[in-house]
Amino acid sequence: MFYGFSITDLTSIFVMQGFAGLILFSVYVLMALGLAIIFGQMGVINMAHGEFMILGAYMTYLTSQLFLTFVPVLFPVYFFVAMIIAFCASGALGMLVEWAMIRHLYKRPLDTLLATWGLSLILQQAYRSVFGAREVGVELPEWMMGSLQVTDGIEVQINGLFVMTLTLGITVAVGYVMYWSRWGRQVRAVMQNRVMAGAVGIDTEKVDRYTFALGCGIAGVAGSAFTMIGSTGPTAGQLYIVDTFLIVVFGGAQSLLGTILSAFSISQTDSTLEFFLSGSTAKVLTLLGVVFILMLRPQGLFVLKIRK
Amino acid sequence: MDRLLFLKRSEAVGLLVLITLLVVVLPLSLDIFRLNLVGKYLTYSFVAIGLVLCWGFGGILSLGQGIFFGLGGYCMAMFLKLEASSVENTKIQSTPGIPDFMDWNQITSLPWFWVPFKSFPFTLAAIVIVPAVLCFILGTAMFRRRVGGVYFAIITQTVAAILTILIVGQQGFTGGINGITDLRTLHGWDIRTDHAKYILYFVNVAALIACLLFGYTVRHSKLGRILVAMRDKEDRVRFSGYSVAGFKTFIFCLAAVLAAIGGAMFTLQVGFMSPSFVGIVPSIEMVIYTAVGGRLSLLGAVYGTLLVNAAKTAFSESFPQLWLFGLGGLFIAVVLAFPNGLAGIYDSYVAPHIAGLFKRGRAPKPGSGVPQSTPAE
Repeated sequence: MFYGFSITDLTSIFVMQGFAGLILFSVYVLMALGLAIIFGQMGVINMAHGEFMILGAYMTYLTSQLFLTFVPVLFPVYFFVAMIIAFCASGALGMLVEWAMIRHLYKRPLDTLLATWGLSLILQQAYRSVFGAREVGVELPEWMMGSLQVTDGIEVQINGLFVMTLTLGITVAVGYVMYWSRWGRQVRAVMQNRVMAGAVGIDTEKVDRYTFALGCGIAGVAGSAFTMIGSTGPTAGQLYIVDTFLIVVFGGAQSLLGTILSAFSISQTDSTLEFFLSGSTAKVLTLLGVVFILMLRPQGLFVLKIRK
Repeated sequence: MDRLLFLKRSEAVGLLVLITLLVVVLPLSLDIFRLNLVGKYLTYSFVAIGLVLCWGFGGILSLGQGIFFGLGGYCMAMFLKLEASSVENTKIQSTPGIPDFMDWNQITSLPWFWVPFKSFPFTLAAIVIVPAVLCFILGTAMFRRRVGGVYFAIITQTVAAILTILIVGQQGFTGGINGITDLRTLHGWDIRTDHAKYILYFVNVAALIACLLFGYTVRHSKLGRILVAMRDKEDRVRFSGYSVAGFKTFIFCLAAVLAAIGGAMFTLQVGFMSPSFVGIVPSIEMVIYTAVGGRLSLLGAVYGTLLVNAAKTAFSESFPQLWLFGLGGLFIAVVLAFPNGLAGIYDSYVAPHIAGLFKRGRAPKPGSGVPQSTPAE
């Protein structure tokens, strides 16, 4: 498959595809981070995760429209406002869902899967009724368009770079919150041993609610970032949900580092193969590889040893 | 007599009611178009019966039953397609004698894996064997390593995604997103006439009843009891010396074979097969049917499938906007409020009244026990 390419061509191809893979990786990481918290830490299978992401995307779209209409001067920075709104909207919806639905189902993890699937259908139809069935895209501010020319054969898009920076920032923030803050310690304590955590005075119900909301909020931010590189439709969330679950499972459900590494390996394999084979074959090979590895090592790449 | 063959009395009555409904009431009251629709829904209930055995009793939730439904359907569709694309029928193609979509994709000879599907016995065998082998590989690999619950569900879901991408991507070999269409005859017998549709409907019902009876056999056998024990306390079953992985693989394969039979019947009655019945969404919908009907009730699975699909058709014909709200809401309600579905509601609210009616109607003879409907487990 390398026949007919010179060494410089090949290097450029690998770098460019590597960069495309990095953008994919950023989106995967953002989606998977929220899911790693909800699924990995809480054990809730949230099939509506993609819809929370799309909510964030629609919020970004609305914000961009508002800025264009009312304060065009501030348009270049609308994205930062949109991200906060997306986080709050998805987080609030998440909190509501946790209160109305999820908290009754903690003892039946497989049933959360079915119930949230129902939720995802409702949300999809709601988006379709409100925003229409057609995909919407946001207008990028001036400074995010264009690309940087690194060498003759290699150029990188600025919006891609921006999404990557954003991902890096959010990942660091989530890592800090989960592993170094007092609240993060409480979350991990509740998830590892609920009864004992309750006994030492942690309000486990409150921790549950805020953890779920945080996971959904991050999904909202992911959706926000997603608008930078693609358009948004009512069913776009469903396209990514399986990939995202696979990433979390492959990385080892309870490890954030594992999630990041698995997102990296899956996206890089996918985008490198994609250049040489057709898109669908690349996807099939990548997924087959992951399923195969999971069969050999069902617990995923990284395992946290805890006493059940 | 409390037992009829291996069925409990209440189960035998329930089965008879279902048979009457499917064989007498529906064919007499519906026109052939609607009856054909019912037949199509019933093919999904094969999958639902499999899910009751595998998920309700065995505790293994597979989100990939669409894979097996699709494999069965595609096997049947390949045979019918080959029959429909005989050299006379495909004279206008650049390569006569191969299916039309292959010709459109510049394929000039029949791929090797299509060749055996010229034989009907091979096709029938393949409908059962192909899904069973795939299932055996998946099941052995996962259950031996004690992958269960959520992880199993996600992996089966991924396999469903892989298969859909593969079918859509390999357009020349599989017909792509349109699937295999334009199926006409089975051994020269036109399957598109009304008469043929009636016959196929009754064949379908007969196969369904056979599968139900088989399901009850499994349910009442020692295997059925081991399954329930495994679901509730897997470790104890393992420590008692049973091969948990073996039993799980077996029941998973059984569910897959049932799904595949449903898929083959689907192709025969509907006249095409496409990847939209293989992927994640149809697979989860099939789980919905089972959950609505009641995951512990084989009969419930059939009723659940019929009801959800009838509602789907009725809603999407008159209020297409509301349908997804309805389905989603139904699903959330069933999971939150009625985990045992319709069958659970029937057992706790309706069945006691019926038992009461029988008690009043018949003077209890001394010595002969009054039939009591046993509560569901």
